[in-house]
Amino acid sequence: MTYTIEGRTGPWELVIGLEIHAQVISEAKLFSGAATAFGAEPNSQVSFIDAGFPGMLPVINAECVAQAVRTGLGLNAQVNLWSRFDRKNYFYADLPQGYQISQFAHPIIGEGAVEITLADGATKTIGITRLHLEQDAGKSLHDQHATKSFIDLNRSGVALMEIVSEPDMRSPEEAGAYLTKIRQILRYLGTCDGNMDEGSMRADVNVSVRKAGEGFRTRCEVKNVNSIRFVMQAVEAEARRQIEVWEAGEEVFQETRLFDTARGITRSMRSKEDAHDYRYFPEPDLPPLVLESDWVAALKAALPELPDARRARYTAMGLTAYDAHVLTLEKETAVFFETVAKGRDPKLAANWVTGDFFAALNRLKRDVADPPVTAENLGGLLDLIADKTLSGSLAKQVFEAMLETGKAPGEIVEERGLKQVTDTGAIEAVVAQVMAANADKVAEYRSGKDKLFGFFVGQTMKAMQGKGNPALVNEVVKAKLAG
Amino acid sequence: MHPTDFTLRGALDALTEGTISSVELTQAHLDGIAKLNPRLNAYVTVTAEKALAAAKASDERRAAGQVGALEGIPLAIKDLFCTAGTRTTAGSRILDSFVPPYESTVSQKLLDDGAVFLGKANLDEFAMGSSNTTSASGPVENPWSRANDPDTRLVPGGSSGGSAAAVAARLALGATATDTGGSIRQPAAFCGIAGIKPTYGRCSRFGIVAFASSLDQAGPVARTVEDCAILLKSMAGFDPKDSTSADLPVPDFARACERGVKGLRIGVPKEYRLDGMAPEIVALWEQGLQWLRDAGAETVEISLPHAKYALPTYYIVAPAEASSNLARYDGVRFGMRVTEPGSDLRDLYERTRAAGFGAEVRRRIMIGTYVLSAGYYDAYYLKAQKVRALIRRDFENAYADVDAIVTPATPSAAFGMDEKQDDPVAMYLNDIFTVTANLAGLPGLAVPAGLDAQGLPLGLQVIGRAFDEETVFAVGRALERAAGFSALPRLRAGA
Repeated sequence: MTYTIEGRTGPWELVIGLEIHAQVISEAKLFSGAATAFGAEPNSQVSFIDAGFPGMLPVINAECVAQAVRTGLGLNAQVNLWSRFDRKNYFYADLPQGYQISQFAHPIIGEGAVEITLADGATKTIGITRLHLEQDAGKSLHDQHATKSFIDLNRSGVALMEIVSEPDMRSPEEAGAYLTKIRQILRYLGTCDGNMDEGSMRADVNVSVRKAGEGFRTRCEVKNVNSIRFVMQAVEAEARRQIEVWEAGEEVFQETRLFDTARGITRSMRSKEDAHDYRYFPEPDLPPLVLESDWVAALKAALPELPDARRARYTAMGLTAYDAHVLTLEKETAVFFETVAKGRDPKLAANWVTGDFFAALNRLKRDVADPPVTAENLGGLLDLIADKTLSGSLAKQVFEAMLETGKAPGEIVEERGLKQVTDTGAIEAVVAQVMAANADKVAEYRSGKDKLFGFFVGQTMKAMQGKGNPALVNEVVKAKLAG
Repeated sequence: MHPTDFTLRGALDALTEGTISSVELTQAHLDGIAKLNPRLNAYVTVTAEKALAAAKASDERRAAGQVGALEGIPLAIKDLFCTAGTRTTAGSRILDSFVPPYESTVSQKLLDDGAVFLGKANLDEFAMGSSNTTSASGPVENPWSRANDPDTRLVPGGSSGGSAAAVAARLALGATATDTGGSIRQPAAFCGIAGIKPTYGRCSRFGIVAFASSLDQAGPVARTVEDCAILLKSMAGFDPKDSTSADLPVPDFARACERGVKGLRIGVPKEYRLDGMAPEIVALWEQGLQWLRDAGAETVEISLPHAKYALPTYYIVAPAEASSNLARYDGVRFGMRVTEPGSDLRDLYERTRAAGFGAEVRRRIMIGTYVLSAGYYDAYYLKAQKVRALIRRDFENAYADVDAIVTPATPSAAFGMDEKQDDPVAMYLNDIFTVTANLAGLPGLAVPAGLDAQGLPLGLQVIGRAFDEETVFAVGRALERAAGFSALPRLRAGA
């Protein structure tokens, strides 16, 4: 069903497209050898090239190109063997060259597509228009001094991938799911760390609204939104604003806006009339970027398994679609799960990882990259369940102890004597005691009160401090009561 | 023989024989500079102490048996090449106090080969000009003067006017220069010396203040073709720091000078026969072709049908790139900054750039900004790029039939310092014979070949195939030998 926002004049549809700026994971910048690490002292990672000194020339960093190609392949997109850099000219204090080297007319990556999964399990394909490489600008700091602005050029020249989608999204949820999916793919590929709070991923959100059956109306661009939640909020806020404008009988003008996260509204940044004339032209300091098809093929062959493929593999292993989805959201989770599941029952492994393990992460505010229980130890716990050393409830006790102590499950079982009793004789002895102590109830049972069966099982387990093998206990109780 | 009268080759021989030291050679040039530079203004900065120290170090290396290809040779460096620790102005107020912390690749290569730098040569501001009158350090005077009018001061041509004047006046044995539309060849012709713009990509542009990146190319000026060949050998070569530099071996250009022209086919583009061209230029051209025929070459008429569009094409492409290349001179990080208390960033840009750039630079930034603007891009820049491709193709077609092309270097001899200054288009016409080689990326050599009626030098130009400087040098040397050019400028060291 189409998502709509109800206005005074009836329902409105949303049309959304995203431009995602993703910082490329690389040791050095796109056109210089300067380092790219986040959080360094201001202006400590700046070469003369990044600072736009006279006579300095850009030299393309092959690793950044490889990362862009990997990303393109991961987005099922066309890799353009011939692409070109252009200059985007504008003046700003944190843009040392007075232009940004970008790819305007001939991007390295052409059309592609990704599939997103929504909360109700439905899937949708979102078109990718293009991906191009460009250099980042520096950072202006306006809050360091009363009358001066400070400039940090550490980021100047860092490689960015701009990933442009088709206007294929129709709801805040779809926009959120798309950004989540792109982030997931890039993190799987190792081409962008996706840390939105460090600014290594940010999105420009294009929004327009329309009545059912209409073509596109004028769109506005909400710039530099830096979290998935804010993207969803910005879509909603901007759509509501536009609906109000249209319904007031006015017109939405194409403009660039900013999302005020505190107030949950968008504000005008500059209108089309004030828009820069960027005077794009081919970058004469760089020859066209020509890729060998063999080189691209080698990158393709070396691509890691991507989330969709992994999810399909998990479903084939017998996991539910939901578990397969949840376990593949983050590559680290998938790797953790696979270590747990290796040589074991995948469904049992999935239950434990998505159940007790995720609950523990939440409770302890830990991350799968820094787990309170190692995947190896969790796997060991599953082995103890499989060989009937532990019952389900005992296993939960052991798991809690593992969280507390970080010890291996076998060690905990030994220390605490939590081993399950599978000795039929021992169980029979306990059952006999329980029956002797509850002779009246035995008589009731035997006269037809079947429901008391559970009582005898419970009493037996209690007497055994939970260590009795549940199946065996059932079996013995049934046999003994039958006389 | 006065030490400043050596050719570069002659000085190398004398240094090898031990009849002169680099210190003596350098001191003689510094003396000449002290005497003549106040008038000629060929040097913006003279680094006398550094030069003598470098000469001394060179003599010591030579004594120790370490002899580079240019060991001990005093040179002038165009002030467009960044020199570590030595002020580099690009002829502009905006870089008036800029001291680069790095060395350009080309000047570093010269230092690595043992050269001694006398100082930084004057030039048109940001290499924009054909008369060396736009420099923030004032105009350069041509050491030559008209026989019948010795008091009229003449321009040395531009933009490498300081380099050419210094070499012609014996204030250096050779000099680095750069050529975007003719800035090596036109001043070389005006000053009666040789100069080659090599193939685009032959010399690294790293560390050279950019004017128009797709056209700029470094090259030498010197008093003989062979001296240019020796210098180019040291300057050229692949540089990983310049993505447009060519990863090709550097041939022995000096050896190529002696190849001769026997059997070569020399193209003579009919489109270069301009209406109203000075008769003595036409005559010199004819003479040059005859010399080549006499030396065993064959001359053939060729057609470069799009050459007539070269100048307008150049004056779109070059300013477009310049408008972008010069955006970095914004008063924020280095160079001049002009600001008022309480003013904003835009005001800082406007004041700094208005005060820092001269009129010609501002004109070209505005032209360049205009031709790249939305709505004009297709009609100007894109069209110019298409014409540029056609001009390149014209040459490719021509070189299917000929080995080199010979034309006049300039449409006239040097003119007076106050002539053509109020008409930019008349000034731009100076490049009419030279810009095609830049647009097509081809090597072009100017050779002094004769004198006009006033006794001023005139040059011929040899244009070659891409990366075939060897044939260009062979043809140039043949012209030089036949011309036997021996006239001397009035103002010169040792005179």
